[in-house]
Amino acid sequence: MKKMMKKINILLLVILPTFAFASGGGAHLDHAPVDVTDHESLKRGAKLFMNYCLSCHSAKFMRYKRMADDLGMEDSEVLENLVYTGAKIHDTMDIAMSDADAAAWFGTTPPDLSVISRSRGADWLYTYLRGFYVDKSRPMGVNNIVFKDVGMPHVLEGLQGKQYLQEEKVNMAYGGEKVTEKLVADGSGSMTPEEYDKAVGDLVNFLVYVGEPAKAYRETLGWYVLAFLLILLVLSYRLKKEYWKDVH
Amino acid sequence: MGLRNTEATGVLGWFDQRFPLLKVWNEHLAQYYAPKNFNFWYFFGSLAMLVLVLQIVTGIFLTMNYKPDAELAFASVEYIMRDVEWGWLMRYMHSTGASMFFVVIYMHMFRGLMYGSYRKPRELIWVFGMVIYVALMAEAFMGYLLPWGQMSYWGAQVIISLFGAIPYVGEEIALWIRGDFVIADATLNRFFAFHVIAVPLVLVMLVFLHIVALHAVGSNNPEGIEIKDGPKGNRWSDTAPKDGIPFHPYYSVKDIVGVVVFLMIFSAIMFFVPEMGGWFLEKDNFVPADPLKTPEHIVPLWYFTAFYAILRAVPDKFLGVMAMFGAIIVLFLLPWLDRSPVKSIRYKGMISKITLAIFVVTFVVLSWLGTQPATPTATMFARIFSVLYFSFFLLMPFYSKMDKTKPVPERLPEH
Repeated sequence: MKKMMKKINILLLVILPTFAFASGGGAHLDHAPVDVTDHESLKRGAKLFMNYCLSCHSAKFMRYKRMADDLGMEDSEVLENLVYTGAKIHDTMDIAMSDADAAAWFGTTPPDLSVISRSRGADWLYTYLRGFYVDKSRPMGVNNIVFKDVGMPHVLEGLQGKQYLQEEKVNMAYGGEKVTEKLVADGSGSMTPEEYDKAVGDLVNFLVYVGEPAKAYRETLGWYVLAFLLILLVLSYRLKKEYWKDVH
Repeated sequence: MGLRNTEATGVLGWFDQRFPLLKVWNEHLAQYYAPKNFNFWYFFGSLAMLVLVLQIVTGIFLTMNYKPDAELAFASVEYIMRDVEWGWLMRYMHSTGASMFFVVIYMHMFRGLMYGSYRKPRELIWVFGMVIYVALMAEAFMGYLLPWGQMSYWGAQVIISLFGAIPYVGEEIALWIRGDFVIADATLNRFFAFHVIAVPLVLVMLVFLHIVALHAVGSNNPEGIEIKDGPKGNRWSDTAPKDGIPFHPYYSVKDIVGVVVFLMIFSAIMFFVPEMGGWFLEKDNFVPADPLKTPEHIVPLWYFTAFYAILRAVPDKFLGVMAMFGAIIVLFLLPWLDRSPVKSIRYKGMISKITLAIFVVTFVVLSWLGTQPATPTATMFARIFSVLYFSFFLLMPFYSKMDKTKPVPERLPEH
């Protein structure tokens, strides 16, 4: 039995990467540090979101009040520090820019971000927000490694600084060489690369929270439900045994 | 006085004099004698009923806040997920329930395949069951349009355009189904009507017929032995089959165990991985429907993909549609295709065992291929497995007859 499990495990190890490859279908995605129970991270992410995203992008299904309650913030705290649009506490995170204006300015309407973490995935967002590089041929002067010819400017450039895409020649073990591309930062931003990664991590974490505000509660509740069902299982199994004593 | 005779007294007696309360209870539960050797595979019938009830109840709560309007549908689902008390639970229960319904039904059908539960005298139970399956597919297909995401929209667009492949009248039919030249508000409204009223009513009635037919002829069992043909008389009745036990309380308490285990699996998915890695809720469906933007890769949900693979395997669109519907129709004919002298796989020979195993692999592979882009290699495999799919059924009259079977005992073996 043990041997068989070992064999299955080995088989899985061999097969799994091919699945990952098959579903990726693009650039390599970095793993986003998501933890929706980390309120401090979510608060930092919210701050970044309100400052840098919520002028072009809306999150029109998300209410400020919900965020305040979920993250343990006072209403006044949210209104003073996080609401820049003149919204009331029960309002949703909407923006003033009209879709038509947005389309005229950016060539496309910036998508609503309420459920962007659910359609794109946290890892994609994490890689995307760290993947802008200078490309003079683009209208906004930047391109992106996971979203080719994206219309969005690099709004976090002040934090990250400029990045350049450089070709790198790697000598292969069996001879010959492979050309890969890598991003090189020029260090002109206000954050170190580590600080920037952490900030984007917080922002993505916040987007994951916004994508499904009930997520943290759902997972907590799940354990209680499973514990209840486990007790019910023991009881129902013993009931069954008791009834079936005279059949077998 | 015209009242019914009854042993019951009091309130129960009052009702029983006016309604066959005890008669129904006894005929279908307390004195319905089921074979005593039901195994794991016999949990899925009661589980299917459980999921049906779950879908109806959660569906009722969802309709209280869902808006069947192309402008509002997507937002109303998010409203349910965020602003409606316990709305997220109702929605996830419903979306998880949809996929789990098919898991349960596929297991239930596989049980029938293994133990020959479709054979005489249960042909009609199988046919009712197949109509339920088709109704369930219609229910799931139309329900999937309602969240009005990209996959909802384009999935429906692709499937309904298939009707356009019918010669001469195809385009007219597709137009008639959609109520517009593309999937639009009119389509959403009618699909909503079918999804919440028409099809559920049909489903409930069919389940009723399925069970009435079952209880008229009695349940099959893993041995495929008719307990009604065996000796009579057990602890509860002199006329009941000797190898039968009353459904209630024996199988009712046993099914509760199955229900609890099922609910644990269900809850584990619903509370921790409701998207099931994109298999139960597709990523693209979190993007609102956009008639101007076709997604790169349009895939139906997993429970349809075997038939979708068969559709794509055929080079001609109309013939592909025929093959896809044929793949479902051929299942209806199963009771008349199986010519084996025995019912259960336990007494069938090697050929039947191997063909059934190949069929299971075929169905899984086709389901997987249906989720993949139709590359030349994938299409080649889809063709091979489509041929295998049909061979299982169309060659059955020959191989089931040829196969060497074991003698079937008259009574259930003691175990």
